[in-house]
Amino acid sequence: MKWIFCGMVVLSVLFGALNGRMPQVSNAAISSCAGAVELVLSLTGAMCLWSGVMNVADKAGITRGLAKLFSPVLRVLFKGLPKDAPALKAISMNITANLLGLGNAATPLGIRAMQQLSKENGGSDTASRHMITFVVLNTASLQLIPTTIATLRLKHGSAAPLDILPAILITSAVSLCCGLLAVKICERLFPGDGTRPDKGGRLWKR
Amino acid sequence: METVTAFFVPVIIGGILLFGAVRGVNVFDEFIAGAKEGLSSAVKILPALVGLMTAVGMFKASGALDVLTHALSPLSNTLGVPGELMPLALLRPISGSGALVIFENLLTAYGPDSAIGRIAGVMQGSTETTFYAVAVYYGSVNIKRTRYTIFCALIADLVGIFMSSLTVRLLF
Repeated sequence: MKWIFCGMVVLSVLFGALNGRMPQVSNAAISSCAGAVELVLSLTGAMCLWSGVMNVADKAGITRGLAKLFSPVLRVLFKGLPKDAPALKAISMNITANLLGLGNAATPLGIRAMQQLSKENGGSDTASRHMITFVVLNTASLQLIPTTIATLRLKHGSAAPLDILPAILITSAVSLCCGLLAVKICERLFPGDGTRPDKGGRLWKR
Repeated sequence: METVTAFFVPVIIGGILLFGAVRGVNVFDEFIAGAKEGLSSAVKILPALVGLMTAVGMFKASGALDVLTHALSPLSNTLGVPGELMPLALLRPISGSGALVIFENLLTAYGPDSAIGRIAGVMQGSTETTFYAVAVYYGSVNIKRTRYTIFCALIADLVGIFMSSLTVRLLF
């Protein structure tokens, strides 16, 4: 990230000098920071509202209910984990938190899931196939209501800020399936990593 | 479609609050507790946004963004994505705040209901900060060899970029 940040600023100065657009670059440098505050201000309300509503949902047991709903699917994805593994419970809680847009809650739950999976894997420094499946699940966007996007679209005068919701859900689903499919294919192609056999996430004895 | 999505938000908020109240949750107190968390995460992203907004603003004003967009046009043509969206597609897996800044800039420049504005929204909503998730989760348990994780996650992102422009084209 530091290289992108530095690179963008340095390139801007270079291009600005070459294109003779230094005054514009200078104005942008001076005024953009106010834009960031404005952006955060326009999002703060929505972030508070939805965190609040979703916290009520969490306390009402919706998270737990949804987590139960997913566990059959997860059992297929994480084949080889015992049925009542603590890792499976943490994974399903992490996924529901992501679905509800509870980013603050999802990360600690995900870390707990990773710790459980690491225990299953004997604390190795090589990712097990379950860890890979879990991380790829988390690099896909699972959020059901894109609140930030809807807020920004409305602010910019969109007639129906949520009209892109079906497109978002289809795109997310297809991209997630492709990611998981790639994981499954790689599992077959590279069952171990050459030095340490992957025993399907179960404790591997040295 | 518009009437369906208009029901969506009010019904969800009302439904959750009602369900919570029926289940004996202290609805208002829990709402406040959650909202407080939302406020702190809004404050937390501000410093990063100030830095990135300045960098992106300068980058755009200098004309470097146009050069980058132009340089990436072969890639965007292959994926069937408008070239204007390539900076967003590139930054999205690396930086969430950076992508947010570019998204806001695209909305200002093209409007939210234009094809570019819609595709940007879908792209923003259907992909995640891949490298951040990989770093946080593997970092938390000291994994050094991530094997095929990045490869698979980037395949998902690439499909997401491609699908976002396809779905907008098909649905609008």
